[in-house]
Amino acid sequence: MYDKGKIAAGILIFLALVTFPFWYGKGRTATPPSISLDTPEIRKLAVKECIEPTPYMRANHMELVKSWREAVVREENRVYVNREGKKYSMSLSQTCLGCHSNKERFCDACHSYSGVKPNCWDCHVVPKGGSL
Amino acid sequence: MNCSRRSFLKYAGLSLIGMGVKPALAGDEASRFTRSPEELMAKRWAMVINSRKCPGGCKECIDACHRVHNVPNFGNSKDEIKWIWNEPFRDAFPGQEHAYLQEDFKKKPVIVLCNHCDNPPCVRVCPTKATFKRKEDGIVVMDYHRCIGCRFCVAGCPYGARSMNFRDPRSFIKEINPDFPTRTKGVVEKCNFCEERLSRGLLPACVVACREKAMVFGDLESPQSEVRKLLQAHFTIRRKPELGTNPQVYYIV
Repeated sequence: MYDKGKIAAGILIFLALVTFPFWYGKGRTATPPSISLDTPEIRKLAVKECIEPTPYMRANHMELVKSWREAVVREENRVYVNREGKKYSMSLSQTCLGCHSNKERFCDACHSYSGVKPNCWDCHVVPKGGSL
Repeated sequence: MNCSRRSFLKYAGLSLIGMGVKPALAGDEASRFTRSPEELMAKRWAMVINSRKCPGGCKECIDACHRVHNVPNFGNSKDEIKWIWNEPFRDAFPGQEHAYLQEDFKKKPVIVLCNHCDNPPCVRVCPTKATFKRKEDGIVVMDYHRCIGCRFCVAGCPYGARSMNFRDPRSFIKEINPDFPTRTKGVVEKCNFCEERLSRGLLPACVVACREKAMVFGDLESPQSEVRKLLQAHFTIRRKPELGTNPQVYYIV
């Protein structure tokens, strides 16, 4: 085989680069985002519950919000009926941020940790009292 | 496995039917959305503008609309965004002007806005269906989420009712109304007949703002509606009806 040394060195460099994130991050612990549910609006609630159970919201809030978008803009439905039959106005800035008025410590905390950049707020307005 | 061609096709057909039936049975998602109880509903929303009553030069309706909908003011006519605006009579109704037209019309501009056409060319040219005509009430609305800024609709609309955001509009809005979104750079916008206000049981902002009550909004399909009564009582014209767009804003001149 020709150029054995060069090939082996190349493979080594390649492996080093590919595995870089693993050995670079070894021993380090990333601090998970701390999500704050402590807002005046949530404190006022008798039952501290989101419109759907927390595990569902955690996993599916993006799908839910997307389906709200289609329902409101394209199908003229404005009211969401949850599993218990409770009704909510489908509004990101009023219903969601109505309770979660601390966007920075709720939405942004997790989104920046996971490197997700939703473009909701390019157009939708963060209500005052939150942050703008 | 021993399977004749005949039975294979039979099972394949059956499973295809099964695949078609499943989504129909599982379709309980849609029932989770309902309409707002306070919504104003109509079979066909339309507007009658009494330009005789309109004092001309008044900008109450324009200001109200642009304030409610976060319409930016870039300060130059090249980038101008407009939902409702003043147009000279000869431009609003080309072909209707002649040398001996009443002086009043020569001077006085006409209030114009999106005509919410029954046959809207902007909808036909939109490649992403961002602009569509609502089946229920005929309003031509935009889904800003889907607009890719191709501006086919700007070219397609014969009334100039569509404006493109060539720059980021946020910083050009004097006071942001938190109840309505702004737009971003690269998105087209236009009058939406205040569909967001209708859903809350409110009449369009321009109609409410007009001190002279020169703008009337109502259901064209209901014979008792105020718009129908006005159309019965007065001769009305529409903007460029010869183009076949069937505009739904009527003018008493």
